[in-house]
Amino acid sequence: MGADIDVDVAILGSGLAGLRAAIEAARTGRDKLVVGVFTKTQVMRSHSVSAEGGTAAVLYTDEGDSFQSHIYDTVKGSDFLADQDAVELFVKKAPEEILQLERWGMPWARRPDGKIAQRFFGGQSYPRACFAEDKVGFFEMSTLYDTSLKYDNIVFYPEWAAVDLFVENGKFKGFAALELKTGKIHKVSAKACVLATGGAGRLYSFATFGYSSTPDGYYMAYKAGVPLKDMEFVQFHPTALVPSGILITEAARGEGGILVNAKGERFMKKYAPEKMELGPRDIISRAMYNEMAEGNGVEGPDGVKHLYLDLRGLGEEKIKTRLAGIREYCMHLAGIDPIDEPIPVRPAAHYYMGGVDTNIYGATQVAGLWAAGEVGCVSINGANRLGSNSTTECLVWGAITGKAAAEYVLAGHNHSSVNNSDSIAIEKHVYDELLGKAPRENPYDIRDQLQANMERTCHIYREEKTMLEGLQTIRNLKQKMFRGVVDSSRYYNTNLMNVLEIEMMIETAEVILVSALNRRESRGAHARLDYPKRDDVNFLKHTLAYYTEDGPRIEYVSPVITEYVPTERRY
Amino acid sequence: MLEEVKFKVLRYDPDKDGKKRFQEFRVPIRKGMTVLQGLLHIKEKIDPTLSIRFSCRMATCGSCGMMINGLPRLACYTLIEELKTRTVVVEPLRNFPIVKDLVTDFEEFFNKHRSVKPYLIRIDTYVQEKSNTMYLQSDEELVRYVQFAYCIKCGLCYAACPVVATDKTFLGPQALAQAYRYYADSRDEAGVDRLKPLGDGSSLLRCHFAASCSQVCPKGVDPALAIQLLRKEVLLRS
Repeated sequence: MGADIDVDVAILGSGLAGLRAAIEAARTGRDKLVVGVFTKTQVMRSHSVSAEGGTAAVLYTDEGDSFQSHIYDTVKGSDFLADQDAVELFVKKAPEEILQLERWGMPWARRPDGKIAQRFFGGQSYPRACFAEDKVGFFEMSTLYDTSLKYDNIVFYPEWAAVDLFVENGKFKGFAALELKTGKIHKVSAKACVLATGGAGRLYSFATFGYSSTPDGYYMAYKAGVPLKDMEFVQFHPTALVPSGILITEAARGEGGILVNAKGERFMKKYAPEKMELGPRDIISRAMYNEMAEGNGVEGPDGVKHLYLDLRGLGEEKIKTRLAGIREYCMHLAGIDPIDEPIPVRPAAHYYMGGVDTNIYGATQVAGLWAAGEVGCVSINGANRLGSNSTTECLVWGAITGKAAAEYVLAGHNHSSVNNSDSIAIEKHVYDELLGKAPRENPYDIRDQLQANMERTCHIYREEKTMLEGLQTIRNLKQKMFRGVVDSSRYYNTNLMNVLEIEMMIETAEVILVSALNRRESRGAHARLDYPKRDDVNFLKHTLAYYTEDGPRIEYVSPVITEYVPTERRY
Repeated sequence: MLEEVKFKVLRYDPDKDGKKRFQEFRVPIRKGMTVLQGLLHIKEKIDPTLSIRFSCRMATCGSCGMMINGLPRLACYTLIEELKTRTVVVEPLRNFPIVKDLVTDFEEFFNKHRSVKPYLIRIDTYVQEKSNTMYLQSDEELVRYVQFAYCIKCGLCYAACPVVATDKTFLGPQALAQAYRYYADSRDEAGVDRLKPLGDGSSLLRCHFAASCSQVCPKGVDPALAIQLLRKEVLLRS
């Protein structure tokens, strides 16, 4: 028996990068190729919809912005770990993507002259974040999804979760997908594939991610032999609503919001005297952590400390027109109107700079397999991503990889056929080991322990002793008897999906801890108490983590530096 | 402040007996807790076989629409305390086939969305796809359609619609609001071609303006208004 489904280009994931890749593959191979979009969620449910504040691009060079400036801001923001050739490509392609979305119907905010408006974001030295209220990701997703419906050669497979990649002799040939509605594991044959499954998601308990954000793509690629790059760099967004962790966009500060501590002090003047609240996220999150550690936090009702984001200076009109979404969340879920009251916030896990190792064009070491968006690591984000660059990255590399994958198929690249033996391992695991077998330990408790462990041992500040404890805990969790699924139903068995996700979360957390332990320096979002300085002599390098049965094997590779020699970061 | 509420949840598993029944759970609650958090407590601590569809927990992804105490609502955006009741009754969305428990099938819903051609149609297709042109738009032009672009495709309006319940050929409030959203966009050039298919049969004209769609929309979209505006255009122009 061969494959159940056969497509030319498979896109795994239907967020911003996935949809952008699907459209580009479909228009490159119009009338010739079938593009299948396989996604764990329904369409329009991916967490890209929750991106709020803006998408960066240089639009008006005649008014003072420049490619050079966006390149330098991004490289400096990355603490000089980004690959500078990739950043240059990114910055140059970004405006095309903004305009393409515009011509597909994106409701960008406008200036009085009818052109696309832009606003400030942290670490960007020019107001270059294009926006549509504070629902940017949502509107981008709507625009791309709706536009994808023009293409008869795009076929959606909603709630088909890819669970295992098939790679033979270094070449991609297909994957196994769990169809949630029926519980069937399908063997899908595809000549090329773009991974666009998002980052590692909810490895931390206080996080901005939706529940469906789990490291499925990272784990599948890692298991298939592709290294994970720079996984120690986890971005903590400074302002997440307490207690839910819902994102309060950086645009709130871009529009003039300020951060204050329990004493009412605008504390950022101590940490980034020039940029203040518009410093990069790593620096602001550390400042907030320090403030709370020094006793300047506010005691929340549940005993969790927080600080305040104060938007009262913006005035009602600006909040209602440019920050309507976050006002909604605050009013509805926290009972606070930011027009009248400051918002209780603290830093939350938000983004993974690392990901599946790719070259500048998003290609992995496996022929026929690309990665785009947060799941990939090109790398333009290095040790710290700038706000408003991630949605742009999804668009730029969605387009690049979608086109490359389609051209690869059009060029006649063939792969060996998918057969029964490819899916034996995953079928055995799901049907024999998991389904209908009551586990001795509750998998959801194991997940909670994992998240608590990551919060405690691999957060904004790190040191060897606690990280070693964290790694030990992860390895203990791996041995726990949680692998079982009480639910024996074939239909929409989310209990099964959750157990598979928890297994992938544990493996990915291990990669993060091992990568973080090995990086004995502080750079960007990776701040070590025991190695507080950046060490360019030994660690101006990307980490590569390869899968082995005994845990990740670490190697290093130098970043591409073309123009900007690392200097000290000041803001 | 109540410390515990009763959740009465509709259960259905086609793989078991295929019968619908209610099951009751006692759920400890705290201030600010949502119905979704209550359901997750049930799934993670009491009965992992309960199937729910959910993701963003911030009323943006549109996954967790369900009937809560008789009304279509998003579970993540409904506070238990706002229901002012000791019993929370949770059922799958009306007007959608049930897959399992609280999970419903959206295939027909998304097909109807697709059928209205929800994308910009231009005469200058080459410019639209290949150029670096920016179409200009004023604030006034944006305001004409943007409220309808808030639609998160959660299906609440579709579940509330009395016409959808009886006439499957009626496109429903979601798709019709999207038809208007693109018709009203100053950048769209399809014009009357968008209206023609809507004038036939009951795809648009069956609506009798119960306006329950607009009442249940969690994003403030007013599909009833869109339908009214569309109907006016259809009658005037096609």
